[in-house]
Amino acid sequence: MANAKLWGLKKSPWVFHVAAASCNNCDIEILDILTPRWDVERFGILLVGSARHADALLVTGVLNRKSLPRVLRVYEQTPKPCLVIGVGSCTCHSHIFEPSYNVVGPYDKYIPVDVYIPGCPPKPEAIIMGVVKALKRL
Amino acid sequence: MNIVRIIFSYIIFPGFIFTAVVGLFITWIDRKVTARIHWRVGPPWYQPYADFLKLLLKETMIPEGSSKTMFLLGPILGLAAMTILAVMLFSMSFNPHESFVGDLIVIIYLLALPPIGIIIGGSSSKNPLASIGASREMTQYFAYELPFLIALATIILKAGGSIKFGEIILAQETGGPFLYSISGVIAAVVILLSIQAKLGFVPFDIPEAEQEIMAGPYIEYSGVALAIYKITRAMMFFLLPLFLIAVLWGGFANWWAILKFLLIVVLIVLIKNTNPRLRIDQALKFFWIGLGILSIIGLILAFYGL
Repeated sequence: MANAKLWGLKKSPWVFHVAAASCNNCDIEILDILTPRWDVERFGILLVGSARHADALLVTGVLNRKSLPRVLRVYEQTPKPCLVIGVGSCTCHSHIFEPSYNVVGPYDKYIPVDVYIPGCPPKPEAIIMGVVKALKRL
Repeated sequence: MNIVRIIFSYIIFPGFIFTAVVGLFITWIDRKVTARIHWRVGPPWYQPYADFLKLLLKETMIPEGSSKTMFLLGPILGLAAMTILAVMLFSMSFNPHESFVGDLIVIIYLLALPPIGIIIGGSSSKNPLASIGASREMTQYFAYELPFLIALATIILKAGGSIKFGEIILAQETGGPFLYSISGVIAAVVILLSIQAKLGFVPFDIPEAEQEIMAGPYIEYSGVALAIYKITRAMMFFLLPLFLIAVLWGGFANWWAILKFLLIVVLIVLIKNTNPRLRIDQALKFFWIGLGILSIIGLILAFYGL
């Protein structure tokens, strides 16, 4: 049973895109990997419109006072088990916004992040590799 | 013995499991053909099964403040209707002489149940986008049902006034398929476009428009409930083209039916991939004025034996 669960989750991770106040670069790269050129549907990855359908949350941007409650709410609404994938340098260490009064700190203070993908923005290959690493970690 | 046979036919062979497995495979054909049209590779053959398995084993969430019974009744209604429809279609197509009273009216009601399930589920989710989706689903149901019913009336007229499914198939065995006539072609076009709308495929995916209202009525569904919606859709994708073949193209109790079936499926996928989404008022106008007039012309032609 556990094996079947793992297989299902590995073969069809549906992702939901949580743009938590990013500068849009990472969002554009995420949309890039869904285009025919990269074609992530080969691996069963689909972009879904509702957090209730999602297995993986792609979070982008620096966590700040305004976006933190929203991100927490989306995370609570996602059915478990779910992965959290941080896309972009901002998710790793707040990037150049570190000294700002509005920044509340890195993501894993608040939600468990499975894999970080550095880069500003990361290349589509890097995002695919990050997702693969997150799936291997399961 | 008879009860065992009935249970077997509902659960395993033409009923739930067989229809679901074949339906999911047809979902894969749809996704693969779509991918090839986009010049992509597309998902492997086991993809729909993996999706289904994953959804079955995930947590099912019920939104706070929603009506729990209605929320869970929504998906089951459509699944039950499609299982019964599968048993009816197969038993009546392979034994058209049997005295089993199954007629087109029952099939029309069974085909009405999945949209009703979606409307019930969407309205009870306590989500504004789901409510918009449910109201669009309702409007669209009333839109496509009118030309669909007139096209079925054409078929009844051509079968000599019989609404029995078996007699429609027998009439085609003796007098040739209804499709090979002008009114038959018109009825086929109308039913094909109604199937497109019943399946919620692209020119008519207004209720679940992903870019405007996320997933519409399905937005709050997760886990098993969403899996049941997906499998109902897959079963419809298997049964509706079969229904079209049965009432217009000489029944599906022969090997040629597989080719006919694949042709219709690929046609549906091509329509899906080459059209933009309509607005709900445009869809209503298209179905009531455009296809409505076309199907009435077909009915008049059938009356004069063309």
